[in-house]
Amino acid sequence: MIPNQYKITTSNVNVDYGNKRALHDINLQIEEKEVTALIGPSGCGKSTFIRCLNRMNDLIEGCKVEGKIMIDEVDINSPDTDIVELRARIGMVFQKPNPFPKSIYDNVAYGPRIHGLAKSNEDLDNIVTKSLKRAGLWNEVEDRLDASGLSLSGGQQQRLCIARAIAVNPDILLMDEPCSALDPIATAVIEELINELKERYTIVIVTHSMQQAARLSEKTAYFHLGKMIEYDITSNIFTNPKHEMTEAYISGRIG
Amino acid sequence: MLTIYLIILLGLSFVSYFYGKRLIRRRVYEQKISQHSRDSYHGLYLSLYLIIPSIILTLIWLASSPNIIDSLLKSKIKNSLPDLSLGEINILKSKVISAYDGILPVDSEQMEIFVGFYNSANIISTNFIIIISALVSVSFFLFALNRIRVRFNARSKVENILKFSMILASCVAIITTIGIVLSLIIETIEFFKIIKITDFLFGLQWSPQIALREDQVAGEGLFGAIPIFIGTILITLIAMFIAVPIGLLSAIYLSEYSKPKIRAIAKPMLEVLAGIPTVVYGFFAALTVAPFLRNSGASVGLSLSSESALAAGLVMGIMIIPLISSLSDDVINAVPQSLREGSAALGSTQSETVKLVILPAALPGIVSAILLALSRAIGETMIVVMAAGVAANLTFNPFESVTAVTVQIVVLLIGDQEFDSAKTLAAFALGFTLFIITLLLNVLSIYIVRKYREQYD
Repeated sequence: MIPNQYKITTSNVNVDYGNKRALHDINLQIEEKEVTALIGPSGCGKSTFIRCLNRMNDLIEGCKVEGKIMIDEVDINSPDTDIVELRARIGMVFQKPNPFPKSIYDNVAYGPRIHGLAKSNEDLDNIVTKSLKRAGLWNEVEDRLDASGLSLSGGQQQRLCIARAIAVNPDILLMDEPCSALDPIATAVIEELINELKERYTIVIVTHSMQQAARLSEKTAYFHLGKMIEYDITSNIFTNPKHEMTEAYISGRIG
Repeated sequence: MLTIYLIILLGLSFVSYFYGKRLIRRRVYEQKISQHSRDSYHGLYLSLYLIIPSIILTLIWLASSPNIIDSLLKSKIKNSLPDLSLGEINILKSKVISAYDGILPVDSEQMEIFVGFYNSANIISTNFIIIISALVSVSFFLFALNRIRVRFNARSKVENILKFSMILASCVAIITTIGIVLSLIIETIEFFKIIKITDFLFGLQWSPQIALREDQVAGEGLFGAIPIFIGTILITLIAMFIAVPIGLLSAIYLSEYSKPKIRAIAKPMLEVLAGIPTVVYGFFAALTVAPFLRNSGASVGLSLSSESALAAGLVMGIMIIPLISSLSDDVINAVPQSLREGSAALGSTQSETVKLVILPAALPGIVSAILLALSRAIGETMIVVMAAGVAANLTFNPFESVTAVTVQIVVLLIGDQEFDSAKTLAAFALGFTLFIITLLLNVLSIYIVRKYREQYD
């Protein structure tokens, strides 16, 4: 096999919901420690695609994924893949902040606890502190770690979810429209955070905001009706799109 | 007579609906301005005004007239036979009413007079109410008819009437409950005038058989409620030990693990269990489970009585499984899918997700489901009567025969009884205590649900 410099490679990925095909032949290579943005109108399949990468579609009844998805040159859909281990390596942040109805501390400690990452209580404290600091939430919550995660504001909840995801030490972060439920100020904080996080993690972000994709990402893929229309360096996509549909979308004529 | 009148009233109100509609149509046609409310509101306005006041009046009369006529009859008897005691008057009064209903023969001239009096009083009262109610109907109808105009706001009037009738309907349930509780309280106070409250609450012996007539031979009557409450608690605990784990596990299976097809079959089947009459559970417990337990107990050297708390508790547990599983299943389903996804994305297995995220989030609902099942178990009678017995043993041994509060209430109220004897009143005291206990459980469950509900909304 030819060595592959890409972190994630998908070849001919098709996804069906029952009889309805949601994704057609997606071929995409995602580089390590870069931000890759997926844009496109609602229902174009970008969320479906990102959920293929950590096999979240397994949770959906009647959803069938075909094709090959290689992460670090391992086929994640092969029967040998341990799904628990896979998901531990890939953090995910969802559209709506979904902290557990537990304390802030327990939210972040959830992953390390189930994976046995901490040897002692001090260890766990360190992981929680480090994750909250990386997620830029530490200063706001350090004196109330026992408060419920749901007592935080929307933007803080989303950063808590990011802290929860990075507490298990993943190397990939999947973000499914992480800012769509947030106001512009909270969005700016999260974007700043993503810029810092990309030094450590490979980030795939689904977004509705083209400005966000332009600000954050190195590469951008444009999806339309379940097909990947164009995939290129972000500046190329926004200044010099090759495909007319991409141009129509980014100039606001469709979508 | 009254029935015919009510049918006519109903027919008239039906007709007046259409009359109201036609009336407003004609007015609109004549005056050529747009109407305020639609035709049907004018029709409803007219017909509701015709029927509702007189229906309310008739209901009040139906509730109060028997008492009035009774006391009229009593004073008539008293006047013509001044020598009779109060009890004798009451007996004679009952005889007259039975004779009027044709159950007893009219055997004396005097009886004939009384029956005649009772009969005419009834007729007068019926005629009276029909005339009054008809007058009320007509005047309300004319009032309403007079107000129908093109710009008249019939819509909001009808809405108000409907709102009022809904308030009335909910009042019926509330007032009935208050009435039941009040009667329980009053009789319980009567009971505590005879038996000391401390003897009842802390007494260790329950043998309520006392002499009703002077020639009967019976005990003094001991009303210590501890043994029967212990019996109830014992049986309920056994039932909960069976029902909570099984119900909860099956709820988790149904909501988290099962495929939709299995769930579509399994859930209704579990709920069928809830539809089996408790008396069927009762004889299942008495005829199948109890002998089986006794035999298998005997084979390992345990002596079980043929009626045991264990048999009753086991079957009662099976009875309340669907209650717990069905309610918990609904609660678990209400936990947002986003929490499941969040947990799965962190790499937890399904059982970790259930244990660490789903159950804590669903806990308030599960607790209230369990408490609801608990109140149901405490109030259950049939199974206990058939499988656990009626002997009030003070024991915590599940292999022995015990009895429950509900069963004792039944026992106290069967057969010969006097309404003012301690034996009969004891039933009310027990009922009241039971009511307090289940009330507290319900309040607790409401409190728990309220306190933790907004956690993940």
